[in-house]
Amino acid sequence: MEVPILKQGRFLIATIQAALSDADLLHLRRALIDKVIQFRSQGVIVDVTALDVMDSFATRTIRDITNMIRLRGADTVIVGIQPEVAFAMVQLGLTMEGVATALDLEEGLAHLQQRATGKT
Amino acid sequence: MSSSKRSANQMQRTAAQSTELLQELVAHLRQNRTQLREEWANRITEAQLLTAMTKEELFAEATSVYDNYVEALATGTFEALQSYARNLSERIIPRGVETHEVVGIVLLLRDVLARSLFAKYQGDFTMLNRILDAYEPAANRIANTVAVGFVQERERVIRQQQEAIRELSTPVLQVRERLLILPIIGVIDAQRARQLTEQLLRGIRTNRAKVVVIDITGVAAMDATVANHLVQTVEASRLLGATVIVTGLSPEIAQTIVTIGVDLGKMNTVGDLQGGIEQAERLLGYKVIPVADITSS
Amino acid sequence: MPVLHDILVAIRSDADIVSARQQGRSLAATIGFTATDATLIATAISELARNIVLYAGQGEVMMQGVETAQGKGIVICARDKGPGIRSIDDVLRDGYSTSGGLGLGLPGVRRLMDEFAIESELRQGTVVTVRKWLK
Repeated sequence: MEVPILKQGRFLIATIQAALSDADLLHLRRALIDKVIQFRSQGVIVDVTALDVMDSFATRTIRDITNMIRLRGADTVIVGIQPEVAFAMVQLGLTMEGVATALDLEEGLAHLQQRATGKT
Repeated sequence: MSSSKRSANQMQRTAAQSTELLQELVAHLRQNRTQLREEWANRITEAQLLTAMTKEELFAEATSVYDNYVEALATGTFEALQSYARNLSERIIPRGVETHEVVGIVLLLRDVLARSLFAKYQGDFTMLNRILDAYEPAANRIANTVAVGFVQERERVIRQQQEAIRELSTPVLQVRERLLILPIIGVIDAQRARQLTEQLLRGIRTNRAKVVVIDITGVAAMDATVANHLVQTVEASRLLGATVIVTGLSPEIAQTIVTIGVDLGKMNTVGDLQGGIEQAERLLGYKVIPVADITSS
Repeated sequence: MPVLHDILVAIRSDADIVSARQQGRSLAATIGFTATDATLIATAISELARNIVLYAGQGEVMMQGVETAQGKGIVICARDKGPGIRSIDDVLRDGYSTSGGLGLGLPGVRRLMDEFAIESELRQGTVVTVRKWLK
């Protein structure tokens, strides 16, 4: 299943659907790096509102995405983690340290804009 | 024949006889269903049990209980009875029926049926004894199953009610836009801690909170499990994009947190609630103007 | 013990991990678990199923709704005939769960559920059984 990635000005928004397999996640990682390079994006939002489970693999891949995108000089923010999912994650011991998070798309964009302004 | 083989055979014969007898008495109970059921319902009313129910309701329940009772005797299995007991309890507990009433009516039924057996077999003393020997253990087990089912259901309802009360008594307060305060007072156990976390996370999403102040001034002590929950709450809140400030941390609780391996330096802590709110407002970009300055200008 | 529902999911690829956890969530909801608990259960299933794919290549996850004297609950059994675990103590030690998702995540799974049991023999396989009860 292909994750749609939209360009919004200097940022990219990837919206994840519920039934995301490991292969889909890896595909997304590749696609995001490619597009960041292609559009010289300054930031990426990964919207996980529809994701019903975040397990160790999803967490690790998202951390990889964040790190790889940072190598290209861009910021990543994860938005839309559901309360139940956040609860399960911390119980499992997955805190996603080093990964920026925001409540929703609006907050995510505000975060990226702040970071982008800070840099220039 | 060796003695052990003989006694094994004896046991087999006794068991078979027992089943045969039970079937005979089940047949008797089914044949006389109408009048035994009525007799029982009358005795329930006489004993002033189940007064919370109307006559029609009582009769309807009496019918189900009677049938399930006899069915349990007939099959010798109690799972169906267990389910029925739980179902029944779910229905009658909200009506205010109490444990002694449920135990009372089941014992009355046992009594009514026993007397009926006496009446039938009074001419044949040996047969009566054998029938009662077969009946008694089964009847006791039935009484037990129903009573235990009722008590368990009652305990479950009480637990639910307690949780509802706990939820009501722990509000997540929105004092300002994007700022939530969660004052925790009293004793927290692991279950309540979990509940608080769930409530807070939902509150963060509903109120779109960016900062949360968790005040634990009113918490006397915290064990490692609950301290862990607190840390998890802070981490989970961050996943929802909210910053957490913990206020009112006593030295003892601070110690507990350090003991479970958490770096307090990574946690955002402020001495008291007021200070915490001020810091929250700073984080949100509000400027804190002392009241004196406003009135003077 | 009366069994309410019984589901068996063959685990052969990462797509099966998604299938297993979705069915697990459904079953949990049917049994009456809250949304939060259903997510915990689905997450635990995801971790267990992934371990099967990563370490054994294939296996199965069995899920059952059960009802006992203590109430209703769910039992999940993740089985494989893979290489087995050399040291169960090691994988159950907490460091493993926070090793960036490379470990087996079993301490985490244990935290998510009420009961946890694991049996493993080298070259024979592994069975992890977890239970969660309705509160």
